[in-house]
Amino acid sequence: MRKMWWKILCIALLFYVIFMGLMGPVPHLPILNESIRNTYFHVALWLAMTTLLFASMVYSLMYLRSSNPKHDDIASELAKSGLFYGILGCLSGSVWANFTWGDPWPNDPKLNGAAVGILIYLAYLLLRSSFEDEQRRARIASVYNVFAFAVFVPLIYILPRLTDSLHPGSGGNSTFGSYDMNNDLRMVFYPAIIGWILLGLWFAELRVRIKRINRLREEEFIQTSKPL
Amino acid sequence: MNIMKKVFPLLLSLLILSINTIAQTTVDTTVPMADKLREDGKIWVVVVVIAVVFAGIAINMLRLESKVGKIEKELKIK
Repeated sequence: MRKMWWKILCIALLFYVIFMGLMGPVPHLPILNESIRNTYFHVALWLAMTTLLFASMVYSLMYLRSSNPKHDDIASELAKSGLFYGILGCLSGSVWANFTWGDPWPNDPKLNGAAVGILIYLAYLLLRSSFEDEQRRARIASVYNVFAFAVFVPLIYILPRLTDSLHPGSGGNSTFGSYDMNNDLRMVFYPAIIGWILLGLWFAELRVRIKRINRLREEEFIQTSKPL
Repeated sequence: MNIMKKVFPLLLSLLILSINTIAQTTVDTTVPMADKLREDGKIWVVVVVIAVVFAGIAINMLRLESKVGKIEKELKIK
């Protein structure tokens, strides 16, 4: 039986995020002003993406252990919904940066790192589509996926902190947790992260199911066309 | 019904937590915020419109979900 409750939870959480995120109390900070509310959408989206990509890596590792094509399907679809969030995060970040930092793409190490990370995952999809043989594709793509995540985390979380960056937590800027983040924000921020993660999982789940249907159809087609 | 039973306590607790935070806002008037908009403007209308749009997206997702489920049932995928 397919579980429905987490999808309902996802919708409920996102409704809560829309209402409390837009109307709830936020700290009054200069320059940011009301745009602090983007934390619930832009920042939460990035954290959700990282979680999805981590889950994708875990499924890739599971595939390498089990050679079960189901695991590879899940890994690739999770990576796709993570990539989708990454592109949305870049676009929404550009809008926010345009109005608070005065440039849609300031040459910030975090932005460039994120762009490189997205390219790495686009290369993953390209790698997948370049194999005819399903088993080979799954194996090589899984290995690539594990390395991709291992490169991705330093690119967007560690390297920007070592140099000057406009993002919080880098080059003398205080981290998010230390003083920008207060309990008003946390009250919506954490549900927002969970809500976006669940939505990403939902996208991935639907795509995995469609993939499975297609595979079954193909098998049936092969079976019925054999006698001819 | 089973779903509601699971989700309802969580929703309720989130609501109670958020009411608590509304009570303790301290307002720094030197930073320009859209406080005026909240007092008498119709920002709530915008919020409700966004919520309606999201409701549409959610219904669409659920319909897609049931459609895929139906095909799975036809093909007898567990």
